Amino acid sequence: MDLHLLDAVPTADERAAVDAVLGPPEDGWRGGPRGERDHHTATGGIGVRASRHLLLPVLHAVQSRIGWISEGALMYLCQRLTVPPADAYGVATFYALLSTVPRPKRIVHVCDDIGCRCRGAETVCAELERTVGPAWHAPDGEAHAIPSDGAWIRTPCLGLCDQAPAALLTEAGAVPVEQLFGNATAATIARVIGGDLAAAVEPRPKLAQAGDPSLRLLRRVDVADPASFDDYRAHGGYQALRRAVELGPDGVIREVTDSKLAGRGGAAFPTGRKWDAVARQPVRPHYLICNADESEPGTFKDRVVMEGDPYGVVEAMTIAAYATGCEKGFIYLRGEYPLAHERLQHAIDQAKARGFLGENIMDRGFRFAIEIRKGAGAYICGEETAIFNSIEGFRGEPRNKPPFPVQSGVFGKPTLINNVETLVNVLEILRIGGPAYAAIGTEGSTGPRLFCLSGHVARPGVYEVTFGATLRALLALAGGVPGGRPIQAVLLGGAAGGFVRGDELDIPLTFEGTRAAGTTLGSGVIMVFDDTVDLKDILRRVAAFFRDESCGQCVPCRVGTVRQEEALHRLQANRPLGSTADEVALLAEIGLAMKDASICGLGQTAYAAVESAIKRLKLFEPGTAR
Amino acid sequence: MFGAGGGTSSYREVEETDVVFLWGANARENHPIFFHHVLKAIHRGARMFAMDPRRTASAQWAEAWLGLNVGTDIALSNAMARVIIHAGLANRAFIDHATSGYADYAAAVERYTLAYAEQETGVPADVIERAALAFARADRAVICWTLGITEHHNAVDNVLSLINLALLTGHVGRWGSGLNPLRGQNNVQGGGDMGAIPNRLAGFQDWTRDDAVRHKFEQAWGVPLKPEYGRNLTEMFHGMEHGDVRAVYVIGENPAQSEADQNRTERLLTGLDHLVVQDVLMTRTAELASVVLPASSSWCESEGTVTNSERRVQRVRKALEPPGDARDDGWIIGEIARRMGVDWGNPSAEDVWNEVRSLAPMLAGMSYARLEQEGGLHWPCYDESHPGEEFLHARLWAEPRVGPPAPFSVVEHDPPVERPDADYPFQLTTGRRLDAYNTGVQTGGFTSPLTRGETCDMSPEDGARLGVGDGDLVHVTSRRGAVVAPVRLDRNLRAGLVFMTLHYQDQVRTNVLTIDATDPKSGTAEFKACAVRIEPVRAAAGAVA
Repeated sequence: MDLHLLDAVPTADERAAVDAVLGPPEDGWRGGPRGERDHHTATGGIGVRASRHLLLPVLHAVQSRIGWISEGALMYLCQRLTVPPADAYGVATFYALLSTVPRPKRIVHVCDDIGCRCRGAETVCAELERTVGPAWHAPDGEAHAIPSDGAWIRTPCLGLCDQAPAALLTEAGAVPVEQLFGNATAATIARVIGGDLAAAVEPRPKLAQAGDPSLRLLRRVDVADPASFDDYRAHGGYQALRRAVELGPDGVIREVTDSKLAGRGGAAFPTGRKWDAVARQPVRPHYLICNADESEPGTFKDRVVMEGDPYGVVEAMTIAAYATGCEKGFIYLRGEYPLAHERLQHAIDQAKARGFLGENIMDRGFRFAIEIRKGAGAYICGEETAIFNSIEGFRGEPRNKPPFPVQSGVFGKPTLINNVETLVNVLEILRIGGPAYAAIGTEGSTGPRLFCLSGHVARPGVYEVTFGATLRALLALAGGVPGGRPIQAVLLGGAAGGFVRGDELDIPLTFEGTRAAGTTLGSGVIMVFDDTVDLKDILRRVAAFFRDESCGQCVPCRVGTVRQEEALHRLQANRPLGSTADEVALLAEIGLAMKDASICGLGQTAYAAVESAIKRLKLFEPGTAR
Repeated sequence: MFGAGGGTSSYREVEETDVVFLWGANARENHPIFFHHVLKAIHRGARMFAMDPRRTASAQWAEAWLGLNVGTDIALSNAMARVIIHAGLANRAFIDHATSGYADYAAAVERYTLAYAEQETGVPADVIERAALAFARADRAVICWTLGITEHHNAVDNVLSLINLALLTGHVGRWGSGLNPLRGQNNVQGGGDMGAIPNRLAGFQDWTRDDAVRHKFEQAWGVPLKPEYGRNLTEMFHGMEHGDVRAVYVIGENPAQSEADQNRTERLLTGLDHLVVQDVLMTRTAELASVVLPASSSWCESEGTVTNSERRVQRVRKALEPPGDARDDGWIIGEIARRMGVDWGNPSAEDVWNEVRSLAPMLAGMSYARLEQEGGLHWPCYDESHPGEEFLHARLWAEPRVGPPAPFSVVEHDPPVERPDADYPFQLTTGRRLDAYNTGVQTGGFTSPLTRGETCDMSPEDGARLGVGDGDLVHVTSRRGAVVAPVRLDRNLRAGLVFMTLHYQDQVRTNVLTIDATDPKSGTAEFKACAVRIEPVRAAAGAVA
């Protein structure tokens, strides 16, 4: 590996942060003091290069200890991992939660995305600008004076839309603090920035349906103690795994196939078929990835599941691993979910201590280990192949398909990758059997489904319904629109989804129902906008989101998302180039190029919401409200 | 080796081998195309071991870097052989079937214990052992080397010691196992193939020992051939020194700057009666010439063939007319012959090639049509239906064996002629960098972001001891001359070892420092090892003669 190191040296703290992950340096060539032996030999090769996947964890370690990643820290960790500095810099700058420029140790990330916008995020930001000062950006020039106080920055959706406006506190240090908190006001944020961390603590609201006996996926949330292994078992935990080992791997796959379970991440791929394909791959090892990088604006169902039923996720993964022959599993968890991280890690540790992870699970001779990999603020890393690159220590850029993950996924090995919600459905399938599960819901959409209601609803939150319920029924569950105001639009499926009108509430929320209505379920987002909302502003924020989150790898998306946002800026400001119709035509053309020619779903769907606003809401036609 | 003048393995075999010994070769920088094949192997999971005094860019890709002291290659290879023999990993089946001289060899390496090797080479014993065992246990393994092996006063012995390792383990004559000298230019191999060497005619045929060969050539050319070898480069300079060489015709070489002990070289070249230089550019040697013949550029202004390191003969096509009065090398030689009273006609490149094919059996099957159609062919290729041989010496494994057995050679460690001492405490080793080429004739005129000019590279430890840092000027002085060069600190060097190149002759004439200690068998000088002293310019001003 060609390492062209700069002269910058790490501080003692930076070294300590890296060494905490990697252990002390092996020799003088990899960051230790240069000894006599180093003059005549060095080890390297496959074994050393194989540690590349630790790059993101190490970057996280430095970020959370120091607050930013200096050149000296970068040189040191590059030496430790044998990664060229330019390469590591490319990775570090890929992720929003990592900073390669000086930043205060204490940062409050304030969500200004569409969900929080409906609930006053812009007012909060404006007030912060007035009381605390502008959002932090690194000063230009050589000398960087970092304020000892904290600072705030804007951030896209934090997945706490049920408690909007949301904010995330990160405080670097030997004992780093991370706290995701809701109902944030400028006053509380200012207190947190000033060092009153207690102000960042906000209890999670209780699940509206908690304890409802008809629940299948959320039955344990806010009922069983998420920290207690015994409580999990008392509420039916590990019955599914027992059933699985009775059925054997083939039997499990048969049940999942019979259930007609379709992936809940957004693509709705038949889960049984995916499992079968991985199980059949002769190449070993197989890897399992639980996609917990829930970053679609307006989506927070996986967070609620992971925070409320972490053992359920662990058990479901164990079953999937057993069925498909995986010995190693990763939970790729978005970096903004500290509570979910803590609870999942606790659940993994407990399961291991009880023999439900590790060697010879349930005395059936199979082994399985789970490692949490923390994302670092990149929406694109929810894309399955981008996750592979991210885990392997590269920029989270999607790969071309084929080869498909089942053939060649993470580390080039057959990989089963499923979304959190998809996995927890397996517990229910094994509880009641595949055919019984298939009988729930509709012909084309079987089983229960989680929806994330946010925006202008009385009781925002996650709701579990049987497939087939209408949008109207969901809104009723969430208590309708506050004040009985008229609905201007509902966003289905998140930023990559589409808007429907307030008079389309009878759309059945099934895969086939939404498809027939020309829209999508996506990740289960239902975001309601009443008549007070400036939809052009929402649309521009959606466009800004895609521009910011485009990985930049392929041209249609990299350029298209910028041009789309520019056009929407002009339209919002009522200063179109030519006529409004010209701008709308331009948007359609950009959208088509992105849809046709982008490598991955991000670019392919970046125009979806805009298109639905144009065609369905007729947002830019004269006479259309706001 | 074993009678054939070329590497044994194809590039594809290198890609698909299991263990690569990269010995005295910084291929990452100096054979970047070849290194791509090595990298493919590495990415496939092959393990590479790099033997080099410096931790080069190539060595950074290695499973282990064996940073031996300069010129201790035989101590290292013999110790590896001993490890292999003692571990019971000598390939007896192959040794018995295909080699001779094993007993003497085994006895000779017995005194090369790991402790002795560590003491001589500096490489920790456990690393030597690890590399040796990896090589012996590999299903497939190749040894690749270049000037780090051959630019020594005992170059041939160094090569023989590597051949010994391959014979000991049976890593030759099989797919994916072999011995490969890397060629520094696209057509070094082709030059040898064509007989542009003093001791062979085209196709590596020895006319001094084989009457049939001599008769064949005499008949074809219609002239008698003296049954004696020509002079190699070293011998030519000896001849100039002693007055029996008075005229020199140089084609595409820049000896004024590429040879060791440069002051002497220039003196000898300028003392000639007549010096003719045929080149594409006005080199330093051309500046000394009586006559300069501008030649066309062989890669774009000429027709013909080149042969690469894997013995693949490939067509070269003319894309451009040469500028001005420049002419094709073949045309110039033909015109000189005409002035000397011999008319060779006006043969095309293909005519010349067909004559070569008619005289060199190993190239006989390679018509232009086939070369074109099959994207080049490996020699030997005996007739038009022969596919060419991807690897050499399969005969050693044939049952019964074809041809003579491959001999082990007893070779002993013989350190460099000039070793550091109290007066000249630093070991200078010379080499090349990625962005420049030899004396810079073809690269000096172009800009590159990597170009940093000549530097005297030294370890940070030496820099600290001398009180110099990057860019500080130092006097570098050997027993033969002195230069001034800026310092570049390089962690990849150890204390006592300094490195320079010959790329920037107009700036720093590195070869005034190097020693003309030449291997009598190969004619190569010991560019890799001489002793120098280094003084900061500020402190030593006026101290250098």
